[in-house]
Amino acid sequence: MSDMEIPYTVAARPDTGLNNGKIGIWLFLASEVMLFGALFASYILLRTGATEWPHGSHYLNVPLATLNTIVLISSSVTMVMAWYSLKIDNFTKFRLYMAATVGFGAVFLVVKYFEYSAKFHHGYFPKTNTFLAIYFTMTGLHMLHVLGGMAVNAYLWGPGAKLWKKDKAHFTNRVENSGLFWHFVDLVWIFLFPVLYLL
Amino acid sequence: MSDSHAADLKKHVRIYILVFVSLMVLTLVTVAVSYLHLPVHQAIGVALLIASVKGSLVACYFMHLISEKKLILWVMLLTVVFFIVLLLLPVFTTADRIRI
Repeated sequence: MSDMEIPYTVAARPDTGLNNGKIGIWLFLASEVMLFGALFASYILLRTGATEWPHGSHYLNVPLATLNTIVLISSSVTMVMAWYSLKIDNFTKFRLYMAATVGFGAVFLVVKYFEYSAKFHHGYFPKTNTFLAIYFTMTGLHMLHVLGGMAVNAYLWGPGAKLWKKDKAHFTNRVENSGLFWHFVDLVWIFLFPVLYLL
Repeated sequence: MSDSHAADLKKHVRIYILVFVSLMVLTLVTVAVSYLHLPVHQAIGVALLIASVKGSLVACYFMHLISEKKLILWVMLLTVVFFIVLLLLPVFTTADRIRI
């Protein structure tokens, strides 16, 4: 038995009305909301319990983080355009937009690398104080998500794109699901940015 | 999102661009407001309000929640409720000596 058919990759399951990939990614994102929620709750607990709390800009570089916010928002647009390109059957454009999405992700990580390096250079480490501890934890976990999203997007841009020739609808669904994760990563940053840098 | 007509999809691109511009403007607004050095409670309120609007735009339009099936909307609504409870827990436990 070579090609065993995986059911409901494209067709909707009668009971959920959705294909399995779609419901799967949303349930995964729900668990991710709670994962980051736990960290945001920790942040509130630490901040309300602290005798003093620094303004984010005291330790952190607001212009660099603003640049990174713009980069991630741009990557969300290129991601949704990559999916849209497949919807209108334009594979060349998909490749272009997907490459841009992965590229923006790389820019984000490079900027973050410079930010982290500057902190370490100034002797600011997670152990330095509670603010930096929660800053490194939250941005570190977020960075891992950026890396994960980039890996999946790069796969779909490269070897994973072979599926397009075999089953267009299935491949489009994979890109949509990868996009949902990528937008979620953008969404988390939209909250991390003001909470850590601006308040 | 189900298979829409090509003309329908074209309309989507216009929406994506509009959302993109709104997100950029709101990012600049939130940074500008932070330089006003408002009192802490006001600053937190404004920053979270802008972030919530931005987050909703991403969820509704880039993640297509606005046209998504009911099952997913219910799952996410339940998640949001749990998320809010999770955030409120530490506030309740420290309410007697809240400082922020």
